[in-house]
Amino acid sequence: MTLPHSTQWRTLLQKGDVSSRDLVEESFKKIREFEPKLNAIISHYYEESIELSLKSDRRIKSGDRGAMVGLPIALKDNFNWSGSLMTCGSKILKGFTSHYNATVVDKLLRAGSIPIAKANMDEFAMGSSGEFSAYGPTLNPWDTQRVSGGSSSGSIVSVAAQYVVSSLGSDTGGSVRLPGSFCNVTAMRPTYGILSRYGLTSMASSLDVVGPCASSAFEVGALLSVLVGQDAKDSTSIELPKCESLYPLKPLDLRGIRVGLPREYFTDGIDPSVRKVIEKSIDEFKSMGASMIPISLPHTAYAIDTYYLICVSEVSSNLARFDGIRFGYRTSKSENLIDLIAKTRDEGFGEEAKRRILLGAFCLNQGHVDEYYHRALRARNLITQDFNKAFQEVDFLLTPVSPSVAFPLGSKSKDPAEMYLSDVYSAATSLSGLPCLSIPGGFVQLPNSPVRLPVGIQLIAPALSDVKLLELAHAFQLSNTHHLTQPVL
Amino acid sequence: MSVAYQTVIGLEIHAQLKTQSKMFCGCANIYGTEPNSQTCPVCLGLPGALPSINQDAVSMALCLGLALEANITPESFFYRKHYFYPDLPKGFQITQGPRAIIEQGKVVIAGDRSVRGTSAPITVGIERAHLEEDSGKSQHSDRQQASLVDLNRAGVPLLEIVSAPDLASPQEAFDYLKTMHQLVTSLDICDGNMEEGSFRCDANVSVRPQGQTHYGVRVEIKNLNSFRYVKHALEYEVQRHIQLYETGQTPTQETRGWNSDTNQTYSQRSKEAVMDYRYFPEPDLPPLVISSQDLENSRRRLPELPQARAARYRRDYQLSEYDSEMLVSSPSFSHYFEALILARVSPKSACTWMLGEISRILNEHDTNITSLGLSSERLAELIHLVDDGVVTRSSAKESILPKLLGSTLSPKEIVAQDGLAQVSDSAAIQGLVQEVLSSSPQQLAQYRAGKLSLKGYFVGQVMKKGKGQLNAAVVNNLLDEMLK
Repeated sequence: MTLPHSTQWRTLLQKGDVSSRDLVEESFKKIREFEPKLNAIISHYYEESIELSLKSDRRIKSGDRGAMVGLPIALKDNFNWSGSLMTCGSKILKGFTSHYNATVVDKLLRAGSIPIAKANMDEFAMGSSGEFSAYGPTLNPWDTQRVSGGSSSGSIVSVAAQYVVSSLGSDTGGSVRLPGSFCNVTAMRPTYGILSRYGLTSMASSLDVVGPCASSAFEVGALLSVLVGQDAKDSTSIELPKCESLYPLKPLDLRGIRVGLPREYFTDGIDPSVRKVIEKSIDEFKSMGASMIPISLPHTAYAIDTYYLICVSEVSSNLARFDGIRFGYRTSKSENLIDLIAKTRDEGFGEEAKRRILLGAFCLNQGHVDEYYHRALRARNLITQDFNKAFQEVDFLLTPVSPSVAFPLGSKSKDPAEMYLSDVYSAATSLSGLPCLSIPGGFVQLPNSPVRLPVGIQLIAPALSDVKLLELAHAFQLSNTHHLTQPVL
Repeated sequence: MSVAYQTVIGLEIHAQLKTQSKMFCGCANIYGTEPNSQTCPVCLGLPGALPSINQDAVSMALCLGLALEANITPESFFYRKHYFYPDLPKGFQITQGPRAIIEQGKVVIAGDRSVRGTSAPITVGIERAHLEEDSGKSQHSDRQQASLVDLNRAGVPLLEIVSAPDLASPQEAFDYLKTMHQLVTSLDICDGNMEEGSFRCDANVSVRPQGQTHYGVRVEIKNLNSFRYVKHALEYEVQRHIQLYETGQTPTQETRGWNSDTNQTYSQRSKEAVMDYRYFPEPDLPPLVISSQDLENSRRRLPELPQARAARYRRDYQLSEYDSEMLVSSPSFSHYFEALILARVSPKSACTWMLGEISRILNEHDTNITSLGLSSERLAELIHLVDDGVVTRSSAKESILPKLLGSTLSPKEIVAQDGLAQVSDSAAIQGLVQEVLSSSPQQLAQYRAGKLSLKGYFVGQVMKKGKGQLNAAVVNNLLDEMLK
């Protein structure tokens, strides 16, 4: 059986042309075929998937036309799915089995979607390249010499390689948007709070969101439609207005729509070939009736510093529970209690995790907390005010996701500061909790090479305008085929 | 020459709140079950689990705030306090930050005459009371060469109540602690069980020469789990400080423990190893916002407080201040007293029985009124029998009451069964009087010679012959007549 593009799978299922079980079998066929090249998956669940697919097939047969029923999905390996392994890309959780379902996983299961695998990721979602996994880097399907982007590397590559039509990632500072951009996948960071974080292993609580990833904006809408809803188990969760319009998604009429182009995001730092792709996308939006308005977000320059100060502080706190006492890795030799905890953490965490824990502990130290953490909170407010002001003049913002295309493996992993700059266009929106999307915008052809690499564009909307944001992206995707273009594997 | 010293004490009380579930998850808040049976992903600190605030705990905290006439902070925040210990599953405790839900309260206790020269009431300031979660329990077993952790207690809601350094002696600390204990149990927000750790106390104490304006070196004594220990530990510590100062030394600022076997405090941790808890606002929880509706709901839930109740006893029942205070010493005790009154026992009689015979029995059996096994209905019936002259007070105390405790019989049944009814029949009593007078010729002669105080002797002898069942008034009248 040869399946068409994953955006067609639902239609085939509902017409009865394929069964959910067929889809799952095909997914595993691809996993077996491509995983040696891509390393997108940490653990997979064939038997459980088949069982779930048979249930979903019965639902479909009895007329269930739910948005996600029967569709296979991949979960980033920081979501709890009861009975499955969860490593968070770290040695410290090697062999750890989840004992409960994340709220979003519960919702997927209720919707009849079929989790087939736990996807590779940078350790505890810390990293921009997919290289900081204790289980090896995830490779870019467009060029396996290059990084996939991170930290939701496996979730994105599972979609790009068509193992699944959609996946759950998590986005703290760009962790679905950056790999989405590097791998030609539509990846969303929803408004902070509209998806429950209960059961998503926390990295930086005030920044973490569940990030739906899929082969199109339409598919992201379908996935989001079964996930939204306030959750009593996550006190930071809120309702999304107009969520009934998420599925089936309608395209937005772009006539009269004002799109802001923040000048701070279009500096000389952008690779010229990337800039060209983005400018072409801007022209497409214009031809559909949108007007482009230059605007300014004056505090953008502080976004990366602010983001990392808050991020590392919360990381150092959230990762304190990994002490080797109740679960996970424990050192084999220790002198006493403190030694046990210290050695366990030293041996169990990777370099980037340890770096952030130390930085965070420093920032929260009694003598530094005002100077770093609390000052960062004030900067965060200023950055948010920039956006609020901008949205008085425009409906959306359009920016690059990354100043460059996917970079070669190993080229940044030795230089943390350089790696942190990968988040330059994604950090500010994270701080402000705004909904944003990374959507395929076209390709850069590498000189003297058959390789072409995808370029993502980032669309940003006011808080809680998630539906409208997806409708905008859907309209764009109806007018071109960038997102349907597949890598040759 | 010796200098007079002034003692400064402040107490930190940890009161476990009597909520159904834990502070940040739905696990049952119960004591004494199978280790680790009351746990879930949240209180086990499993990856991905998030806290949510128990509104019932908030409302209980508000009750205390209202009772302490404190400021209720309209918006306060939870913070994370970090340290590594196996019974702290998340690596941090969720507590409150610089602002607490309750601030600037007060409570009135009697002053200590020995240090203040008067026992006039003093006001003890409550600096703050904040909500937080309890830790689990570690058990160290030498036999198994292992430490075991029970997380049933992890996440149990605590209210930490911090007094101002307004207490001037160990006695005042003791009285303050008693008053707070009475308060939280009357409010029904804490069961007050110190042995099970639901009401715990740390004491901060310093000593300075009279007249010195700055405080002396402060020592914290941790985990004082009985009222007596608080008093004894503070008395010991105050003397230790004075002796150090007297010999030209200064105490070390440190944390000390209390050894109840040696009756001494001992050094636990020097303050030099100062902990950095890396406090920061808990990003998984929203601000703790108190609406006027929340306050109103808690106000409605407030029971009559001990001091108000004692005032009512003085006013409505004309009881003395001392008796009233004694009757409200615990909620169950005063409820029992009021049940007697509802059963139409006179307040005076009810008070006499409660503070006399009943208190004596409670002390003797080291128990409390609810576990005594004597319903207020049965006691009320007995008191009525006495007040109506059916039985004498001494039969009631000595013969009927012990039987009531050991059986399910009613007082009337016991009286009938044992023939304990009071004898008022003059003819029957006359015979006994005659017998006593004839068998005591010597005393009779002395009486006749003017030693009138011997009448008491005759009464006693007659009563004894009547096995305590004789009507004392009749006995007296007959004696008066027959001694003429």
